Amino acid sequence: MKEIILIKNGELALKGLNRRTFEDMMIKNMRRRLEHVGKFTFTASQSTIMVESQDENADFDTAFSALKKVFGIAGLSRAAETEKDIEKIKKVAEEYLAEELMFAKTFKVNAKRSDKKFPLKSPEICMEVGGYLLEKFPNLTVDVHNPDIIVTVEVRDTAVYIHGNQHKGAGGMPSGSAGKAALLISGGIDSPVAGWMMAKRGLRLTGIHFVSPPYTSELAEKKVHELTRKVAAYSGRIKLYIVEFTKIQETIKDNCPEELFTIIMRRIMMKTAEKIARKEDCEALITGESLGQVASQTLKALACTDIVTEMPVFRPCIGMDKGEIVKISRDIDSFDTSILPYEDCCTVFTPKHPKTRPSVEEVEKAESAVDFTEMIEEAAESARFILID
Amino acid sequence: MSIYLDNSATTPLCESAKKKIAYILDECWGNPSSIHHLGVIAKDELDNARKIIASKLSCREDEIFFTSGGTESNNIAIFGAVEKMARRGNKIVTTSAEHPSVENAMKALENKGFNVVRLPVGENGSINIQDLIREVDEKTILVSVMLVNNELGSINPVQLIKKAVMMKKSPALIHCDAVQGFGKITIKAEKLGVDLMSISSHKIHGPKGAGALYIRKGVNIVSPVYGGGQEKGIRSGTEAMPAVCGFAAAAEELTDIEKNLESMKELRDNFVNKLQKIEGIRINSKKDALPYIVNFSAKGIPSQPMINYLSEREIYVSGGSACAKGHRSHVLLAAGLSPEDIDSAIRVSLSRFNTEEELDILCKNISNALNELRKV
Repeated sequence: MKEIILIKNGELALKGLNRRTFEDMMIKNMRRRLEHVGKFTFTASQSTIMVESQDENADFDTAFSALKKVFGIAGLSRAAETEKDIEKIKKVAEEYLAEELMFAKTFKVNAKRSDKKFPLKSPEICMEVGGYLLEKFPNLTVDVHNPDIIVTVEVRDTAVYIHGNQHKGAGGMPSGSAGKAALLISGGIDSPVAGWMMAKRGLRLTGIHFVSPPYTSELAEKKVHELTRKVAAYSGRIKLYIVEFTKIQETIKDNCPEELFTIIMRRIMMKTAEKIARKEDCEALITGESLGQVASQTLKALACTDIVTEMPVFRPCIGMDKGEIVKISRDIDSFDTSILPYEDCCTVFTPKHPKTRPSVEEVEKAESAVDFTEMIEEAAESARFILID
Repeated sequence: MSIYLDNSATTPLCESAKKKIAYILDECWGNPSSIHHLGVIAKDELDNARKIIASKLSCREDEIFFTSGGTESNNIAIFGAVEKMARRGNKIVTTSAEHPSVENAMKALENKGFNVVRLPVGENGSINIQDLIREVDEKTILVSVMLVNNELGSINPVQLIKKAVMMKKSPALIHCDAVQGFGKITIKAEKLGVDLMSISSHKIHGPKGAGALYIRKGVNIVSPVYGGGQEKGIRSGTEAMPAVCGFAAAAEELTDIEKNLESMKELRDNFVNKLQKIEGIRINSKKDALPYIVNFSAKGIPSQPMINYLSEREIYVSGGSACAKGHRSHVLLAAGLSPEDIDSAIRVSLSRFNTEEELDILCKNISNALNELRKV
């Protein structure tokens, strides 16, 4: 039996004359994602993209789960292909969906006939196939409002496709369709979630991570590689910059008031990140900040960090509770990695009593004790990167 | 040149495993739990090994736990599951043809008061799913069924167990001893529908002393091994890096499983045809069994002298299972063989490295043995 994956694109359908461009972008992303799985072809027709393989042993299981993570896809189904013959349709529906139908209680049949030359009309197809399945699976009853399984029969120009319940896709917009932004990624729970949320809206990501050896360890950096990998499973390849921050942190510690340490450090991180972002043609910065979560994320503190960059700064977690962020983090499978107990550079030298209501003037004055310009330049210049898929 | 036809007992080490082991011993001998550089590179190797094994079972990396082998995997799975589930019931369903590391664990649980039901195997050596559906109930806490039988090569319908368990509204965890199937048939953990699955290194041309336990994400068991919490507390004890990484290197070579299976079928069919032409041979394995294992009986010649005769000629085969020397095979008994046929049973177990010529030489020697050895 020939198998195929049917892709329904959601929001893209609303993009009018640009639809084709978005669709092409999504196909490109899908193709790249399945490169390592096997040889697949992609055909867009009648508001559906069909993913097929000429290879009999193609790994549809892996392909299907990989495609579930491609942004822009609203829904996807694995379907069996058959000829335009009602007897064959019945047989294939019975065989292909046997395992699901065997353990279900209620079902309905849904027919879509886009090939108007097919002799049976949609309601007739439903009756024929529904009646046949009722006979074959005595455990089933029909429920048109809230069935366990919707058996869909799509009669298209090319062939007939039969599938069970449609799976939810990752949603959002195709990666890259909105441009490119730099994600400041720590080892915590929030920043990977922030990256994922913005990637979902079509941004391609560059990662920026700060390390402070010997205060932070090799393992802490590896953890960030792993977190980036979790995001990249959705966003596509991420170029991750690793910035050495030890010297800057030591200088702040030696020259600025302890209570302002974190806020000054974050300002310098933003400046450094902006430099790298510009070099990489990114048009925005992304952080995982959530209003009021910690001292450096109060409104006043955010005002102090926001002012140092001229780029838009996206903070998609800003209005979310920790629990909501954790939920997404579990869904995208980054949570278990995030909670591994390694020091990261935001926790090195943190003051016991950080100022929660710093004013911009006060912070700027304290920061002017040292000229950080060159150090920032050097940190950005000497940053190394790795590519993470 | 010797001819090795006892690959279900163990397999020779493949080249890439050998290389990997040497590398780990020489250059990467750090403790993966250490946080300095030597520890970090060791942990990288360990993570990579986990990734390889996970890809071979089509599962997540965090579902793989390294152990010292199939026996330990089976013990941790069975005792760990029972400990976790004991308050929910008292019944355990398994088969009458399991490997001793499952069968004897079951005996121990029986002594503790658990109700262990052993499903019969038919003449083909595998269970009937209807029997399982009948036995599984709301008090059943564990179902343990092997994937491929080590003496006959029969394949059990493991992929149907989950549905049976769900249908009977049983809370049971499902364990599968997949030691003899791993690398020989395509295994996709999720599709197989099991919660726990054991595999071993030295059956796939890896070193002895390594194995893995698959634990489906979301399933909790209480490991009977206590210690420093390695392998997330499932198997404490510093990881046996050379063995584990050698295991993964050997697993990485397991490509083309389906293709190998096809050519193995051809090899087996030719071999069985020739074997059948020899007077006094009875084939005990069924046609639908895994082609890697051929079990037969030579009328009137007990296994031991036959094995000795072939061994003198540098051909290595086995009686039943290498793990149960000196006992009449409970598996062959369960499969309904006569005592006489069991006593003269010979198991030829193949690997992808065996050739048709080797099997021809075996046939010739068996036929010679039947002429030369006195019937007892």
